[in-house]
Amino acid sequence: MSDKPVTRRNFLYITTGTFTAAGAASLVWPFVDQMNPDASVKALASTEVDLKPIVPGQSITVLWRGKPVFIRRRTPEEISEAKAVSLDELPDPQEDAARAKNPEWLVMVGICTHLGCIPLGQKGEYNGWFCPCHGSHYDTSGRIRKGPAPTNLEIPDYVFLNDNTIKIG
Amino acid sequence: MSDTYVPKSAVGKWFNERLPLLDLIYGHLMPYPTPKNLNYFWTFGGILTFCLVTQIITGLVLAMHYVADADLAFASVEHIMRDVNYGWLLRYIHANGASLFFMAVYIHMARSMFYGSYKEPRELIWIIGVFIFLLMIATAFMGYVLPWGQMSFWGATVITNLFSAIPIVGESVTNWLWGGYAVGSPLLTRFFTLHYLMPFLIFALVILHVWALHVPGNNNPEGIDVVKGSQDTVPFHPHYVVKDLFALVVFLIIFAGFVFFVPNLLGHTDNYIQANPLQTPEHIVPEWYFLPFYAILRAVPDKLGGVILMVSAIAILAFLPWLDTSKVRSAKYRPLYKQFVWLFFANTIFLGYLGAQVADGMYLIMGRIATVYYFAHFVIILPLLGYIEKTKPLPKSLSEPVLSKEEKEIIASGATT
Repeated sequence: MSDKPVTRRNFLYITTGTFTAAGAASLVWPFVDQMNPDASVKALASTEVDLKPIVPGQSITVLWRGKPVFIRRRTPEEISEAKAVSLDELPDPQEDAARAKNPEWLVMVGICTHLGCIPLGQKGEYNGWFCPCHGSHYDTSGRIRKGPAPTNLEIPDYVFLNDNTIKIG
Repeated sequence: MSDTYVPKSAVGKWFNERLPLLDLIYGHLMPYPTPKNLNYFWTFGGILTFCLVTQIITGLVLAMHYVADADLAFASVEHIMRDVNYGWLLRYIHANGASLFFMAVYIHMARSMFYGSYKEPRELIWIIGVFIFLLMIATAFMGYVLPWGQMSFWGATVITNLFSAIPIVGESVTNWLWGGYAVGSPLLTRFFTLHYLMPFLIFALVILHVWALHVPGNNNPEGIDVVKGSQDTVPFHPHYVVKDLFALVVFLIIFAGFVFFVPNLLGHTDNYIQANPLQTPEHIVPEWYFLPFYAILRAVPDKLGGVILMVSAIAILAFLPWLDTSKVRSAKYRPLYKQFVWLFFANTIFLGYLGAQVADGMYLIMGRIATVYYFAHFVIILPLLGYIEKTKPLPKSLSEPVLSKEEKEIIASGATT
């Protein structure tokens, strides 16, 4: 603080300035927030899927929050292949059991963790998924094995409502 | 205060030497010499600039959510009101902002008429202003069509049908405007495009308006010429920056009052019913700011005549600097004009009242009388007053009217203070 006494004018200056700044900031917020997901988007945040028609070795892709979600009923060979991998071989180490609540069903967001393309199913060197954009290889558990992608394919929140129905989100 | 901008920072200096943009803005906002006696009616220029910027910003944001298609437009506006974060606030600011924009522009124009601001050497400022007003009318009308409610649809139908009054080519012109044989999706989409474009044209004209204003400088309540840099002027900053800001704050209080407490007061409930091409609402009225011109349109029992008169009511404003033959600017020194100009304002408001009534019986007769008076003011009263009116003597400076008798004597004796 300087030795100058605090005057009435200093007080008015600072309070006016503070109120103006706070007012301006609160006015700017609606203009920023209007671009966030709106109520109609949030209302579509969860998707229920009937699993009955899917046979072992078959995959379906459903849309959840505008993104593709892969649901694959894995064959026993794929499951054993996924469980047999040593964690040391993985760039993003994760047990298969941590990725599939029920080993038969693999549910994951079908977006390559590199730059957002959709990987092709049952392709690539590890018999899992292969991203055509920049060549990332995923295994039968959707884990990254080779290529530029940094992490495994994302597992969304989901629950089994009963044996034949899951709810994503 | 210096007349040129001297940047403090090295970057500012580097920039200003290559592009003296800061210099230009500084010159127009800081030392610009302004008459020292401007009253609060002179704050509406700043308020109007604020209105324009507010409309552009809120409009830009609304356009991110709006869909300009006849099947989707109404639903997309409801989507903005219900789903989009703060969408209700942004739309209410935009809708009420349009009304307040017109309130401010009418006060701004009335001030110019009362104090004779449109007279030599400021004719061009006034004419640019008339063009801004025209663009505002077009923009507001097209904006009102976009929500695609009943009033939007039938307002668009009535106004575009005005063009069908043109002899011979009328029908082809309206079909061209519509992109079809009735008001529909093609019209809605092109109105959206033009509604988006026009505010930027207005913005460009506003720059010309201010540029033209800063050549002769502001008129003032006394209506006399002041010498720039004399004792009659003060720098724009801080004197009028603070005065304008204070007026803006008061204006914002009224604005917020509309937006938060009565957001639909100035609108029409029928516009919350989706457009129905098979049914016209029982009583169709334009937005309040068009009512005087609407009354003039309805006053004439002839299709083409009504349209011509309504267009003339606005076009005649551009000729005001020459229709008013008096050399004295301010109504303060024109005893007759002062009464007539108030009568003109009252008559225009009365026309607005009539525009909201059913066009029948007494209302129609009064509408015709008021319409005749509206034009008589411009083509009979104003030209004549310049010759028959005995004006009061004008003061020599802005200080003179407020000085006491003794102070005047001191000045007259040549003493310096």
